[in-house]
Amino acid sequence: MLDILKELTDINGVSGDEGDVREYIKKQIEGYVDEARVDRIGNLIAYKKGKTSGFTVMLSAHMDEVGFIVTGFSENGNIKFQPVGGIDERILPGKRVLVGKRKIPGIIGSKPVHLLEKEEREKVVKIKDMYIDIGCDSKDCAEDLVKLGDYAVFFSEFTELGNNTVKAKALDDRAGCAVLIEILRQRFDFDLYACFTVQEEVGLRGAEVAAYSIRPDIAVVIEGTTCSDVPGISRQNFSTELGKGAALAIMDRTSYYDKELVDFIYNTAKKNNIDVQFKQTTTGGNDAGKIQTSRTGVRVAAISVPCRYIHSPVSIMNIKDFESCSKLVAATLKELESSVDMFKKAGNGGEKNV
Amino acid sequence: MLGCLDTLKELTQYTAVSGREYEFAAVLKDKFSEICDSVEIDKFYNVIALKKGMGINGPRIMVLAHLDEIGFLVKSIDKNGFIKFTNVGGIDARILLSHEVIIHGKKDITGVIGAKPPHMLEADEKKKAVKIDELYIDTGMDAKELKKYVSIGDAITLKSHPFFLKDNKYSSKSVDNRCGVTVLIETANELKKLKHKPDVYFVATVQEELNLAGARITSFNIEPDIAIVVDACHGDVPGAPKEVVFPLGKGPAIGIGPILNRELTERMLDTAKENNIPHQVDVEPGSTGTDAWATQVSKYGIPTVLVSIPVRYMHTSIETVHANDIKYAGKLISRFIAERV
Repeated sequence: MLDILKELTDINGVSGDEGDVREYIKKQIEGYVDEARVDRIGNLIAYKKGKTSGFTVMLSAHMDEVGFIVTGFSENGNIKFQPVGGIDERILPGKRVLVGKRKIPGIIGSKPVHLLEKEEREKVVKIKDMYIDIGCDSKDCAEDLVKLGDYAVFFSEFTELGNNTVKAKALDDRAGCAVLIEILRQRFDFDLYACFTVQEEVGLRGAEVAAYSIRPDIAVVIEGTTCSDVPGISRQNFSTELGKGAALAIMDRTSYYDKELVDFIYNTAKKNNIDVQFKQTTTGGNDAGKIQTSRTGVRVAAISVPCRYIHSPVSIMNIKDFESCSKLVAATLKELESSVDMFKKAGNGGEKNV
Repeated sequence: MLGCLDTLKELTQYTAVSGREYEFAAVLKDKFSEICDSVEIDKFYNVIALKKGMGINGPRIMVLAHLDEIGFLVKSIDKNGFIKFTNVGGIDARILLSHEVIIHGKKDITGVIGAKPPHMLEADEKKKAVKIDELYIDTGMDAKELKKYVSIGDAITLKSHPFFLKDNKYSSKSVDNRCGVTVLIETANELKKLKHKPDVYFVATVQEELNLAGARITSFNIEPDIAIVVDACHGDVPGAPKEVVFPLGKGPAIGIGPILNRELTERMLDTAKENNIPHQVDVEPGSTGTDAWATQVSKYGIPTVLVSIPVRYMHTSIETVHANDIKYAGKLISRFIAERV
């Protein structure tokens, strides 16, 4: 599964440009699913028919990653850009990127420290003052190689670090995609839709459409989530902790997760001795926000892999957390087979049976 | 034209944080022994290669470039395994966030630089540039595991994947001053094709980024008649005054200023003009920020010339240089030695 994760993070797929990720996943799931279709917006929706119908589970992981889009050229051949998705501008100066389909190497330039006034040194460089340098010395040279609207992506190699950790770009949410690929190699009693969605990072666009067409009874989103168990942060603000297992969210900026479903997943983890933790902050959001309010409403939960330095070229994830996440999704689905009735009750927008 | 960039790429792969140059010095010794008559490494790991001239008791010329690079040292390891660090040489802390580093402990350990995450910052904190003492290195290891490999004082370098950019440009860490070392190699190769009277000492110095210690020591020991210092100057970047930055690919910049010998400087400029070698003029009113500051006043004084290679984004891991400037500098210095001394 780690090999698949490595290959997934090596692929570039900024929001709106997920084609290469989708092709890779298509090949990985071929032969394991009853149907795989690409919808109008670009989501890859894999379907596995259950033994008994009447209950539909949706799993969702997004294919896109944060990155950049080319917005202009300066006379001296530098490329102007805007971020796609939420990126902390403080991390950008001095980083490497690949521009466009041809993956042209570029660097995010800024004035060297020796040439800065004291007050300049104390300020954060703004994205509007940054540029990508691909080595061109004229606008013509740059425009020959790069077009307006081309995407640029962080350059970062998947690297195994110490204590079972890995460093890569796009762990959010290729980790979720890898888990879904693994899950699709198993079969469950109910109808299962595994959605590899597009454009999560620019506002949960793909998931909204996917949920509408699938009409699931429940949905579980598999995500890379924030982890700030680092110096200078007090314990209650850690969000999640690296190495403490799969993270279950209760609430975040986009969803209020279904209490019964979250409890069900938590108990499943405990029953199966799978490491699990609750996400302790309500920052961030994910596809669940759109799925929850789709049509007449869907019960949602999110099972996440904690990622330090998320949305940067150097996200760090613990391999055991990743495995816990995968195990927990599988165990939850197995457990659900005998608990479908419990979650059926609120189907079709009906009142909860009392 | 790309040959010199291949050499440069190879040289930038090695690590030589000021004060930790011994491994790289050994590499350079091998390199220079292929093109010079003799090579030695001194007590401080300066590399000194001699290429003999045809003259008997002719002048002795020292061509030097520093081999060390900026970096960091491990200051402390906290109970959770996060590393605090300090810089060796001037580094803009603002480029460090989310940067990969290599800690050169008992084995090389990869880590990333982190700080308080953006969503935990107060509004006024978000506007302030991060300072080096707010940063830490995360290796994914806990303190117990980490301490098996890493000790306080170990050197750290910015991890850097070599990028060849358009138009014969190369981007990496330590281009300052591996480009200068590459110029020494280019010069020695050029001199093979020319007849030259002076004995030429090619010297790769240590600890320039700290206090020019290598240049002080080697100047004293060699006591040359002339010193030619090869170092990096600022390449052109948007928003910088035109007089202090130099476009890439338009040739090396010949320094003019009080600490540099005016007569030799004129001869260097003449050499460039007569041989049609593209070049620029770098007016340096003060110390020049290079080894020239040390060579000039060694013993009875050494007349010194400065030849600089324009490098963009100095003291980062994306330092960028143009192949032409290295090539032209090699041509220029070799002609100067063969024709003008």
